[in-house]
Amino acid sequence: MEKFSTHTGIGVPLRQSNVDTDQIIPAVYLKRITRTGFEDALFAAWRKDPAFILNQEPFNAGSVLVAGPDFGTGSSREHAVWALKDYGFKTVLSSRFADIFRGNSGKQGLLAAELAQDDIELIWKVLENAPGTEVTVDLVSKTVTCGNVVAPFEIDDYTRWRLLEGLDDIGLTLQHEEDITAYEATRPAFKPKTLPARLS
Amino acid sequence: MAKTLAEKVWDAHVVRKGDGEGANAQPDLLYIDLHLVHEVTSPQAFEGLRLAGRKLRRPDLTIATEDHNTPTLDIDKPIADLTSRTQIQTLRNNCAEFGVRLHSLGDAEQGIVHVVGPQLGLTQPGMTVVCGDSHTSTHGAFGALAMGIGTSEVEHVMATQTLSLKPFKTMAINVEGTLRPGVSAKDIILAVIAKIGTGGGQGYVLEYRGSAIRALSMEARMTICNMSIEAGARAGLVAPDQTTYDYMYGRPHAPQGAEWDAAVEYWNTLRSEDDATFDVEVDLDADTLEPFVTWGTNPGQGVSLSSKVPSPEDFGDENAKAAAERALQYMGLEAGTPMKEIRVDTVFLGSCTNSRMEDLRAAADIIRGRTKDPNIRMLVVPGSARVRLEAEAEGLDRVFKDFGAEWRFAGCSMCLGMNPDQLEPGERCASTSNRNFEGRQGKGGRTHLVSPVVAAATAVRGTLSSPSDLDPAPESAAVGISAA
Repeated sequence: MEKFSTHTGIGVPLRQSNVDTDQIIPAVYLKRITRTGFEDALFAAWRKDPAFILNQEPFNAGSVLVAGPDFGTGSSREHAVWALKDYGFKTVLSSRFADIFRGNSGKQGLLAAELAQDDIELIWKVLENAPGTEVTVDLVSKTVTCGNVVAPFEIDDYTRWRLLEGLDDIGLTLQHEEDITAYEATRPAFKPKTLPARLS
Repeated sequence: MAKTLAEKVWDAHVVRKGDGEGANAQPDLLYIDLHLVHEVTSPQAFEGLRLAGRKLRRPDLTIATEDHNTPTLDIDKPIADLTSRTQIQTLRNNCAEFGVRLHSLGDAEQGIVHVVGPQLGLTQPGMTVVCGDSHTSTHGAFGALAMGIGTSEVEHVMATQTLSLKPFKTMAINVEGTLRPGVSAKDIILAVIAKIGTGGGQGYVLEYRGSAIRALSMEARMTICNMSIEAGARAGLVAPDQTTYDYMYGRPHAPQGAEWDAAVEYWNTLRSEDDATFDVEVDLDADTLEPFVTWGTNPGQGVSLSSKVPSPEDFGDENAKAAAERALQYMGLEAGTPMKEIRVDTVFLGSCTNSRMEDLRAAADIIRGRTKDPNIRMLVVPGSARVRLEAEAEGLDRVFKDFGAEWRFAGCSMCLGMNPDQLEPGERCASTSNRNFEGRQGKGGRTHLVSPVVAAATAVRGTLSSPSDLDPAPESAAVGISAA
């Protein structure tokens, strides 16, 4: 995973709550077996509407998505994160993220920064009044700067550390493989196994 | 400190406690007892293992099935959609390469991953269960801690059989009283989501409690736990009891002999202590609950079936108001319209929420001897090949076919329309599935989430209907009330 410390890019105001992962990437695009190449799939249904924000300059070159509350609800599809990244987004700001989406973002180096809704509203106004305004998201100081708005954001310390260091989760866990093996030795015999298969 | 059920299950799976405390706490490393796999969220995870030269640590705790992409017609022919066929073939190749048990299309145990696990007896109380699918919360009905995960985590579980998880908060959902005829588990969970919102459960594990929950069958409990994610919860569970044990006993992978006794002894400890405290408690009255239905484009936008389409002005919060406006426009609805006057085009009975034997029986009981509204298309998609076989043994397929419904093969089908079962733009559907998002069931499709008996009554009348609207009224529409 790439390290993330600070990012500056054009902010995209998405004034909408409950942006579910079916909107971020419709199910039809989930048939692919690759991990990249999803840029065309991002918000595919909404992008058919010429008025949609990503169809307007300069927002189409945005890399900081500023969304309403409850972003990323619904399906666990990590494709939603891949699509945002493939399009060019480095970070999403919202006052509330769905848990699975937030977790998936952390694994893939997309920063999901949680801001107060009041601050989101202020940033929306700046971005709408002056399209193309850049937003700086600083993971070291946990602050967002947009025009004259400077706002703190929340992210859990563990995810922040992993993003700052660009650490691979599996590698970290395998450092504790002895603990896993020791735990396995204590599992009760009645716990089920899928193999050998027993059929009805 | 007295523990809740969820905390007990968590504590029993900690491989390594995270360092630090409070806000600085690192996640605990938890052991995963069962990993369910399907074709959509696994290919990139298998590929990750291959690229890193890693093995799949515990094939004997892993099981795969084909469900999201599979057609529900002509399953003996090659899958027509090339990308779907490729994805299914990729799963088959990966399972062969990594030694994972797979139930393929045509196999008697194939079906929706969340129907297959419990049916085989692989889902048991006190386990940790994960799957690259948000509706993994279904398995919480057994008192398991069951969570949906993303593909990176799927790969992590494949490589390590563990997950790093942040601590959760606990929420008790207390449902006291007795459900009236025609009201079911689906109505309970839709009412809960309407009450706490799609983000209300965020960060929480929900425990469904109270006399109304205790009275529910396992399949009804699965319906409730299934939709925990629609309230944003990390998981949802119900304490195991005799109903749980009766359901499990004799299933292929249930413990046998002395192991069964040892298991039951342990399972009996799996309940929240009387003096355990939940971070939040929410109460719902079962006595007064009515059949519920969604009017909007998220599962929290629901009302009683006997009420009207709400107006954006009914919502105080600006975001909720804007969301309601947008939802009404998408759904093609006008505020103030009685829900029961809304005419639908399609009825979908299926999905991991409502596709089990009880769901099919309940719907069949409503339609038996009645005539389908001629303008309605009705799809009945059993949750698994096994459910389909059992239903046919009971003659339910005949009831549906005589009524004019289409009797299909098992899979996720129109819940998300990854296969050809989709809505046309503007088409309106009464669906027993779990998500009414824009375009979920097909581009431009409009979804109303309902229970199986409401779906059935709607297919008779052509408009959103409760069983009590039928003439003559059904003798009984008790759904999912446990006999135990």
